[in-house]
Order: sequence, then structure tokens, then C-alpha cells
Amino acid sequence: MATTKHILAALVMDRPGVLNRMVSLFRRRGFNIDSIAVGPSELANQSRMTIVVNGSPGMVEQLRKQLDKVVDVVKVLTISETSMVARELALIKVKATSATRSEVMQIVDIFRANIIDVAADSVTIEVTGDEDKVNSLINLLRGFGIKEAARTGYIAMSRGSQDAVQATEKPSEPASPS
Amino acid sequence: MKLTGAQIVCECLVKEGVDVIFGILGGMILPLYDTLPQYPQLRHILVRHEQCAAHAADGYARATGRVGVCMATSGPGATNLVTGIANACLDSVPMVAITGQVPRTLIGKDAFQEIDTTGITLPITKHNYLVLDTNQLPEIMKEAFYLAKSGRPGPVLIDIPRDVQTEQVEFRYPSKITLPSYKPTLEGHPAQIKKAAKLINEAHQPLILAGRGVIISEGYDELRELAEKAQVPVVTTLLGISCFPESHVLSYGWLGMHGMAYANKAVNAADLIIAIGMRFDDRATGNVNSFAPDAQIIHIDIDPAEIGKNIRVDVPIVGDVRTVLNKLNKQVVPGGHIDWIQQLDDWRKEHPAVLIRETEELLPQFVIRKIYEVTQGEATIVTGVGQHQMWAAQHYWYDRPNTFISSGGLGTMGFGLPAAIGAKVGCPDSTVWCIDGDGSFQMTMQDLATIVQERLAVKIAILNNGYLGMVRQWQELFYQRRYVATPLSGPDFVKIGEAYGIPAVRVKRKEEVVPAIEQAMNSDGPFIIDFMIEPEENVFPMVPPGASLAEIIEEPRKEVVSWPRRSTS
Repeated sequence: MATTKHILAALVMDRPGVLNRMVSLFRRRGFNIDSIAVGPSELANQSRMTIVVNGSPGMVEQLRKQLDKVVDVVKVLTISETSMVARELALIKVKATSATRSEVMQIVDIFRANIIDVAADSVTIEVTGDEDKVNSLINLLRGFGIKEAARTGYIAMSRGSQDAVQATEKPSEPASPS
Repeated sequence: MKLTGAQIVCECLVKEGVDVIFGILGGMILPLYDTLPQYPQLRHILVRHEQCAAHAADGYARATGRVGVCMATSGPGATNLVTGIANACLDSVPMVAITGQVPRTLIGKDAFQEIDTTGITLPITKHNYLVLDTNQLPEIMKEAFYLAKSGRPGPVLIDIPRDVQTEQVEFRYPSKITLPSYKPTLEGHPAQIKKAAKLINEAHQPLILAGRGVIISEGYDELRELAEKAQVPVVTTLLGISCFPESHVLSYGWLGMHGMAYANKAVNAADLIIAIGMRFDDRATGNVNSFAPDAQIIHIDIDPAEIGKNIRVDVPIVGDVRTVLNKLNKQVVPGGHIDWIQQLDDWRKEHPAVLIRETEELLPQFVIRKIYEVTQGEATIVTGVGQHQMWAAQHYWYDRPNTFISSGGLGTMGFGLPAAIGAKVGCPDSTVWCIDGDGSFQMTMQDLATIVQERLAVKIAILNNGYLGMVRQWQELFYQRRYVATPLSGPDFVKIGEAYGIPAVRVKRKEEVVPAIEQAMNSDGPFIIDFMIEPEENVFPMVPPGASLAEIIEEPRKEVVSWPRRSTS
């Protein structure tokens, strides 16, 4: 079966070890994770996680169910690519001498990225966007020589008023009544 | 009222209705043990190895349906529990394990007997806790018991630093718990139940596969009603044994690697599988690609993650077995399936899987059958893991609910004796037989001392063949009889019995079998019988590992030793 990228959005209790529980589950059941991003949510004592995973739909559904079983996981949803907004942030330190700096700055402008640090032989760029945009920028900058790059991985949520990942009082839904 | 952490633990145990704890103490759990005499309603049973504490709590939980509790100190005490916790996890057994931990100030410092207990047990518990705030102890205790027994049951571990046990805080027992992240689905989706009923009503060759979920939810009557009303034959899994009376006209044994040939044939021929409280373990399904090729599959399970994990499912129903069956039974119409049942009966006649051949040798199957006859099928049978386990499953007939206790998922050798201890403690009025192999028995036999100290009338049958028999069987069949590390010397089990003060006899001949079993039954206390069985007897039928259920090998023929080697996954 074809493997594609899937995004899981999870709301988890902000307790010690919760990340460990989830990562341990990925390892134990052999799921390969592209990225995972964690941070506080709008709710007290609860964090949001965005997990990007490559796999078949069946595998991703199994991962979702296994995650849902972790007692500290309040809710986890698979978000479809067509109905979400997803962004990642990257920091890229690229070589830039006085000869090349203006060219780098032009590229940064085109990508609506920012230069957040300048040194004699390098600039550090901050860029936000979807994966393609970040990839393209990195590719363009490669010619100048990338000294260091760090990416956050996606954070994502569904668009508009669609099914948000929120703690609700209704019982958890039955397994995919088809 | 201010109480110490240790008192709080005991108060909560009492409030949860706990009456027995299996454990061994040590430095980091000493304050808790020191508090036990204040709570005489908590009976502590001292075992001889922490693995046995977990297995005994497991056996107790399976036999009674209540949460089993075990306790150990930090470090090696906790790591020794691990096998027993994993065993309970894989077989969905409700258990609460309490471990001592080094004082909070020493955590992370590699202190004496410090180990990352919650880290180690994370993948083998339903949930676990490290208590860092004594004020949270009541809530954690209550949550732990709720998690252990609700939904799909499982083990929960609570790791308590020593200074938490001694710290005094205000004790308030929570009236309720709030776990927004944990809500087991019990009811079953009405639309799915309707769909399932329609499939059952339309099926020509339906088959029920019933697992341990039926026992956990005590859905015996509901299962029976479904089978009888819709006239659907019932096959169980290994751990489902005793969820449906085996003498029932619709009972067709159990499936899988050593299941009955007719049961496996039925799975292959069915046009509808109704899987109830089971999880399509690979030992049950054989090769999943050729499992029940012609069947649509209804899967009823309380754990949504089990649905579609190993086998494609047509109608998933997430819910408690008993609750779902109750609703399903109302929508099922009385059925016939006379031809189908006739077919199964014919297969049963053609493939008498549990026939015992006539021979002068002392066969293990014969021993089990005689235990069945002498106990009149009234005993609770607890087994270790290996050939004896399969023979006990095949040749004892289980008519009373929940009378077969065995380690399924983890396949833990050494489970038998400590689990029998737990079962006997939990059900003192039941006749409890531990049927074990000489290999399996030697893994935990130090706990004969526990049996004696606690005066537990556990009857022990050792099927002694001088081999790690099941592995030897694989070596015979798949490794050209290269018996590497399977020949096994053992002690004189009669003398072992004597040493512990347990009456014991050795049986070498067929005619001695029944008198020995009767002697064991007439003895008030524990009893050991060392059955010297035919050393190279094999367990049949057998589905070779990785093969499909259709490739079952039935007859104990000596010439079938040259099967092509398969992956032994």
C-alpha cells in the first residue's frame, strides 16, 4: 500500500513523562516519525502535539488508536491535508560574505523570511511556512553554503470551524463505523 | 486527619476492597510494610521471589475477577516483578503493583537499589505512576484501581519513594476521579450492532470465536444465548477456554497452533466469523493472509486498537462483550444452520483430535484425562507453559466458567505454581490443580515454601519428561532432531516435596495414575505427583509456525519429521 504523509494532532495531559510514553509507543510498535512538535495549548494543564508520520492509512489509523489508549492522551485526530493549516519554522545559518550577502538578502525577501542575526561571514535566517517552502529556500541557499539548519517540524490545526481537537465530555467515538 | 503515605496506601487498599497482597519487602518499602499490622483486614502473603508475587496476583485476579495486588521493594524487587507484570499486560489481567522507591532527594543519583521502575514498566503497564507529591497519593491509588479493572483490564504500577511513605499529610479520599483522557467505550455502536445482526441472520456457515473477553466481562450466559438462539457453533481461543461449556452440543473446541483440527477446519470454511473478546493472536490465526478466507468478520472488542490490527474486519463493534451481546441477541433471529453443524460434526468424527492412543507407556494425555475423571471436571486448572499446557487444554474438559488459568500472550514458563497459589487464595473452596512441566516447574518451585507457610491445598501434577518438551518438539520437527539445550535434568521432585514438607509420590505406570490422583484429592493439604511420562511425546494437532490453519498436522506419526523448515516467528 502506498505510504503518504499524515498529520496527527493530539491533545495530551501536561504531566511528567507524557512525551516519553508517546515516543516509547512509536518505537515499540515500529512507527517511523518524521517530526513531532510539542507545546502548551490554550487549555490549562494540557499540551498540543503535532506528529508527522509516513505510512499507509491502515498503519496511521493503528497508530492513532494506540496513541488514544495512552491514558494521558486526551484526544488524537488524523488531520487530512486538504482541510488543515500547517506550518513549520526553520532557522538557517548560511555563509554570506560582503560579496554574496545582498544576493542572500534578496532570496530572503522573496521568501518573506527574516534575517535575525548577521556576522562577518554568515547570516541566520528565520523562515516560516509549509514544508515545500522551507525545502525550496534551503535548496536555494545551499549554493552559498549552509553552516547549520534547524527545523521545528509541523504544527497544525484544522481549518475554520472544523472538528477541533478539544477535550469534550462526550464519550470517545467508536472505531470507524464504516 | 493527618496520615502517613504508608497509611494512606493501606486506607485506599481497604477502600478498594483489597483483602490480600502478595509481596516481598525490602528497604525502600519498609515503611509501608511497617504499617500493615494496623490494617489486619489486609492479608499479606510472603512469596519467595517477586516474580511469584506478580504471578500470584495475576492468578488471584483471573480466578476472582478482582484486582490482584502485589508489592515489592525498589531496584531488584521491582525488576523481578517485570515478567509477571508483562504477563498480566498481554493477557489483560487487572493488577495493581506497588513498588518502593528511593527517597525523592536521591532519585536520579543512582542510589542503592534505585532503578527507573516507571521507565522500565512503561510499555508493559496500562499506566504507571511515580508519586512525587504525597497529597496526590489518594487520587493516584483510586485512579490506579479504576484503570486496572475498567475497560480492557491491565496492570497499573505505583512507584512510591520511601520518604513519601513516611510523610504525613491530610488524608481525604476522593469521592470520584476525573480522567478526561480515559473513557472506555462500553455500549457498542447501535448501527454496527444492527449490521452485525443482519450478517448473522443471513449467514449460512457462521462461527463464533470466543476469547478471554467473554470471561472478563462474565458474558457466559449472553454468549450461550447467542449461540443457541442463532444456532452458531462456538470455537474458543486458548484463553477463551471455559467461557463456553465444552460439553455443549455447539462447542467445537479451540483453534490455533495446537487447537482441534475440526475447529481450525471450521474457521477455514466459515462464511461469517463472529469474534468476541479476542485479539487474533498469531498463535490463534496461523498465517493471517489465509485466515478464514471466505468469511466476513464481525469483531466485538472493548479495545478499539485491537480492531483491524491483525485481521481485516467487516463490522467492528467497540464495547463490553456482555453489554454488546445483550443488545445483539435481541436483534438476532432463531437460526438453523443444520447442514453446517452436521458438517462440523462430521469433521469432528473424522478428526478426533483428542483421542488418546492405546499404549503401555505413560502418556501425558492419559494423565490429564484421569485428573479430569477423578476431579469430575470440577477443578480449576492452572498451568505453566509448554507441552503440558497444551495437553491440559486439550484433554481436560472445561464445563464450568473460568476454570482454566494459563499464560497466553507472554507464554511465561514458571507461571503455573504462583498463579495456582493466587487462584487458591482467591477461591479457597475450589479444587485447584497446578499442571506443570518439569522445566516450567523448576522456574518457580521455590514458592512451594509459600504454599506450606500459607497452608494452601494446591495439588501439583508435574508431567516430567526430562526435556524442555515444547522446544524439543520444535527441534524434532524443524531442526532435524538437534536437541540443543533441551535435555533437562531435574531434582527428585518427591524429595523436593519432602524437603518442603509436602506429601509427594512418583508415578511411572498407567495403573498408578488414578490411585495417586485420588490420594492427592483425599489429602487435606498440598500434594505433588511426579508423573514420569513418555519423554518424546509430541503435542498434536499442530499448525507449523507461519503456516495457515489449513495445514494442520493431526496424527502423532513419527515419519513427519522432515517438514521443510519455516521461519519460526
